[in-house]
Amino acid sequence: MTPDNKISRIQELVYEIRVGEVMQKDVITISPQTNMSELRGILREKRISGAPVMEGDEMVGIISIEDFIKWLADRENDCPISEKMSKDVQTLYADEPLTQAVNKFERFGYGRFVVVDRQTGLLLGIITKGNIVEGLLKKLEIDHYKEEEEVHRRRVEHFFEDILADKVVLLFQYDVVGHDFKRAGEGASRLKASLRRLGLDPQVVRRVAIATYEAEMNLVIYTKGGKIRARVEPQGISVKVADSGPGIPDVQKVLQPGYSTAPEWVRNLGFGAGMGLNNILKCASKMNLRSTVGKGTQLNFHIFTKNGVMSETN
Amino acid sequence: MKLKDIKRILEAEVIVGDDQMGEDVTIACGCDLMSDVLSFVKPGALLLTGLINPQVVRTAEMADLQAICFVRGKRPAQETIEMAESKGIPLLMTPLLLFESCGRLHKEGLSGCSEYRKKVK
Repeated sequence: MTPDNKISRIQELVYEIRVGEVMQKDVITISPQTNMSELRGILREKRISGAPVMEGDEMVGIISIEDFIKWLADRENDCPISEKMSKDVQTLYADEPLTQAVNKFERFGYGRFVVVDRQTGLLLGIITKGNIVEGLLKKLEIDHYKEEEEVHRRRVEHFFEDILADKVVLLFQYDVVGHDFKRAGEGASRLKASLRRLGLDPQVVRRVAIATYEAEMNLVIYTKGGKIRARVEPQGISVKVADSGPGIPDVQKVLQPGYSTAPEWVRNLGFGAGMGLNNILKCASKMNLRSTVGKGTQLNFHIFTKNGVMSETN
Repeated sequence: MKLKDIKRILEAEVIVGDDQMGEDVTIACGCDLMSDVLSFVKPGALLLTGLINPQVVRTAEMADLQAICFVRGKRPAQETIEMAESKGIPLLMTPLLLFESCGRLHKEGLSGCSEYRKKVK
């Protein structure tokens, strides 16, 4: 926001915000029988500069530090507050906009106004100029955060459009720990969140997420761990999943649906049914699996942005 | 069908997402094999399962599922609950068996995932 914008925003806010939103709700009240000599202690202890004077539920006046100073200056004898308070109490309604309050402060020159309910006339709170400034600042701060968040979100969502280049490639890498079933899927989860943030089509993101998750589960179940690398371009996403062993003796065999060497504990957890690679194949536009026993396995798959959106298979 | 209807029909307890019971579910699937869930279940579906490990929630997250209902009175572990809370995925639990849960919901008009295309078009 430019400084000019900020000023006009404050002007809008004094019409938008209601007195009830910024007033203090915990009102300290004083009884009319309290002596003037006690007033100083009360004001100092409660850190206030004035208070409504209440006779039971009824507001009979308002007393302030100005009344106290005047009483001191006049060197009068001690007396109940009711003799020195202002009886003509100016009030504001909780549903009035702040601009009404600002006008009243200017017109009467008082330090505070009592806020009452328009229907019942009951005391709801008290408002000072300080409350108004504080309320405005809070609202401006919230606006500022919202604005920043929005700008940030838009910037990321339009990342590809905003970059000026003949070719744009983003590379994400996730490290996967073998046999750690609790953390399995964290890589796929973080990749999915990142792709969503980039504003890619949800159906494309879902296919990448499912295929990556299956590949990550294979790393966790069968290997000591490995790396997932995702290469993101506007036209499509390439994922390379690589480990350093033990490797697959017969690649053709593991591609058969239902073929599995998974141990019992993996099956009990709902995986290892020999469907993982088939699932990846189903999600991907292209898939490639290479493996050398003792060295490791590399699985590559690619999902075209266009195909991903149109396909209805997964 | 809303999640609160599913809660009523399955006599289920809400474990996560009490404030999300107004959300809509149009299809469901009953399955204990996560690879099959990833392969056949459509986005926005309710998953009924007897598995209670955190990977069930992970699977729901990857496949954009709407909610999970554990069957056979199985109560998930704390880490499963925590993951569901962090991902904003509602969890329910019913004492009914998988077949009965599916039967009741289908009778009340909730479709299966193979009817997905008919539903959305």
